[in-house]
Amino acid sequence: MNEYKGKSLSWRIADGVIELALDRAPANEIGVAMLEDLERFTGALPALESQASALILYSQQKAGFSAGADLRELYFLAQQMEMSSALKGVREFLERIHAVLNRLDTSPLTTIAAVHGVCFGGGFELALTCDLIVADKMARFCFPELRLGLIPGFGGIPRLKRDIGNAVVRDLLLTGRSINATKALSAGLASQVAAEGEALRLARATAAQVTKFDRVAAAAAKRFIKPLPASDLRNEIDIFCELFAQPAVMQGLRNFVENTGAHPYLP
Amino acid sequence: MKTIEQTTEEILDLAAAHFKVPRAGLQANDDFYKTLKIDSLQALELLTRLENHFGVELPDYEVQGVSDFHTLATRIQARL
Repeated sequence: MNEYKGKSLSWRIADGVIELALDRAPANEIGVAMLEDLERFTGALPALESQASALILYSQQKAGFSAGADLRELYFLAQQMEMSSALKGVREFLERIHAVLNRLDTSPLTTIAAVHGVCFGGGFELALTCDLIVADKMARFCFPELRLGLIPGFGGIPRLKRDIGNAVVRDLLLTGRSINATKALSAGLASQVAAEGEALRLARATAAQVTKFDRVAAAAAKRFIKPLPASDLRNEIDIFCELFAQPAVMQGLRNFVENTGAHPYLP
Repeated sequence: MKTIEQTTEEILDLAAAHFKVPRAGLQANDDFYKTLKIDSLQALELLTRLENHFGVELPDYEVQGVSDFHTLATRIQARL
């Protein structure tokens, strides 16, 4: 499928570049619908990869790249079942999202996330699978999971550990604070900062550069410098599930879901 | 070094421009959530706008509970 439009995303390929556009209101929350569409995409990837050198991920939602996991869906699904069933469901979801994100992470293509607005939690973890992050000046990155009594569950910590200094990882994880694009650039998280509204254009220019190189050589370089942190990724799922069983987590999710005020995204 | 009044005025200018509201309708002690009719995601936009303008980092836990422009200005002033 060279073109696809699903419930939460679409993709197309042109001139050796695949563009995957996230588009689920209000802020590309990653729940079952997004996961299923991402699975469709990774299912189509082998055929797409044979025709491309680069992949760009971006968002068509004004709010940003992605606000992360769909906490409302998680809460309402978990609330309808016994904790043991909820835990089984959470583990299955994590196994599936890890399979998708690991596939993106190890794609032989050069992958570029064009990020604007919020890039939080699971959305941040999706961006971290990419080789390059081009950040709009108004982008913000954050791991808010500790506010819920959890750790990031979509592979965020192992990928951050692989990519940048541990002090920055600890800062992001243990304070739950969000950082802007300038900070992300100085921390080595983003590779370019774009003027407002220009991240996708810069990502396309970067992708056009990538298409000039031999695909086999580029894929070999990527394999050499970007190993999948497989063991840490497995551990992350176990730790996440262990924490999810704590009563504080459901309380934290309830507080988030039932918060009708203006502040759910602030610590 | 900017005075707190100057910093507050610049914040009010930036907020008015970003959210496209009349500058004259904004006062230092206004609750910006109410006056601008914004939610927390939009508050983060404002925070990013202010960080970029003033060239500071303002961790969001420092603005937890802050809802008026003047107090926001004191948080920024402390990092200039």
